[in-house]
Amino acid sequence: MNALASIGASALGLLAAIGRLALFTGQTLSHLVRPPFFGREFGNALIQIGYFSLPVVGLTAFFTGGALALQIYSGGARFSAEAVVPQIVAIGMVRELGPVLVGLMIAARVTSSIAAEIATMKVTEQIDALVTLSTHPMKYLTLPRVLAATLVMPILVAVGDIIGIYGGFLVSTERLDFNAAAYLQNTADFLTRLDIISSLVKGAVFGFIAALMGCYYGMNSERGAMGVGRATKSSVVAAAILILAANFLLTEAFFSA
Amino acid sequence: MIDLSAVHKTFGTNAVLRGVDLHVPKGESMVVIGGSGTGKSVLIKSVLGLVQPDSGTITVDGKDVNKGDRDAFLARFGMLFQGAALFDSLPVWQNVAFRLLRGSLKKPKDEARAIAIEKLRRVGLTGDVADRLPAELSGGMQKRVGLARAIAAEPEIIFFDEPTTGLDPIMAGVINDLIREIVTEMGATAITITHDMTSVRAIADKIAMLHAGKIRWTGAVADMDTSGDPYVDQFIHGRATGPIEAVR
Repeated sequence: MNALASIGASALGLLAAIGRLALFTGQTLSHLVRPPFFGREFGNALIQIGYFSLPVVGLTAFFTGGALALQIYSGGARFSAEAVVPQIVAIGMVRELGPVLVGLMIAARVTSSIAAEIATMKVTEQIDALVTLSTHPMKYLTLPRVLAATLVMPILVAVGDIIGIYGGFLVSTERLDFNAAAYLQNTADFLTRLDIISSLVKGAVFGFIAALMGCYYGMNSERGAMGVGRATKSSVVAAAILILAANFLLTEAFFSA
Repeated sequence: MIDLSAVHKTFGTNAVLRGVDLHVPKGESMVVIGGSGTGKSVLIKSVLGLVQPDSGTITVDGKDVNKGDRDAFLARFGMLFQGAALFDSLPVWQNVAFRLLRGSLKKPKDEARAIAIEKLRRVGLTGDVADRLPAELSGGMQKRVGLARAIAAEPEIIFFDEPTTGLDPIMAGVINDLIREIVTEMGATAITITHDMTSVRAIADKIAMLHAGKIRWTGAVADMDTSGDPYVDQFIHGRATGPIEAVR
């Protein structure tokens, strides 16, 4: 009986958490159509999330693309299929590794930063101060970050895709003796418009999730340093899991037919 | 002006406010005293709508604080938070002029900056702190910036939450004098929360003591020493023994 009660309580807790998150998402989106809008906050968020994430996105994609080329070459050699390196690197980076790795790097860098910043603002009464200054915290803190991440992530993913493919190209041409022109031609021929669209859509969805989780856990942080730490950790874990789950669903939606 | 009637608020199993009744007339400086954790901050946050009471009514000029235009309502208030609550990412002048840079009170940037610097001067800070970030200021300076922000839009009602906590006696005296001057000069209605009896005597017209979730005693500051209430006597003299338990 106790075990059943425990399972029931966990299920109810999960449903309540989903409900709270859905309500938070709805509230955030509702501010999209309700002025005033904080353009400067949006601009700052674009720079913080987009521009300052470029180095980590670039390095991650570059090394992943290079490692992928080496793996495909050595794996393909078992079936005398070394020549497929350009095609598999391109499809692997654009369809999966580009968006997912950029999403996870953004979860690590941006979600944690947003959660820690907003949670600290909450425990130091800065959120209350915003309210007393007639400024809605969701409008001032949440919407600009979520909107900026959603809009800038497709660009980051596109940059990640290109640098990842370049990493594979560099390894293939310098280490594996591929012909540069043929490599690029194979890459361009093999990628379809759907591959690129799916990559960018995934980027937008992952950006939305990453920023939303940071804001949600920051706004719902408990008091004290431990509360801030817990909010930060939970936000990154939740963002990473939701990004991976969303990636599966989007892949299913785009490519299962 | 500000009326609280039978206000109750419970957090989990902790009943913080258990039927608070309080009246603060226009232009009066009311100081709420009471031990730590007795719900003083919850009380003023309830007036501002930052905390929703479980029951009871709170009105300002006869209007329920939870009904009507929130922006117009909040535009009447200024608040100094216990830890100043300055926005870390904004320079000092933008903290002070926050309300003047956005929303219904928005002014041109140059004008907002000039007002911010004037308010900083009013609280004894020179213009050269205007472009610094809050983290670059001492605790006393941050408190004064918080005070400047609270008065920047010249509100009718100002709340001060522990204005001298963490300050040395001289800086505490400076802040007390500033609050008294500002309240008198602006004709504002003020509610201050403090444990600091020096602040109480410097700032208050009237005093309300909050104990066990209710207003235990209210009276003029001049009557505080002869209140005849053992709870008030113990608190204002800082005695460890008496009706208020030291271990709470």
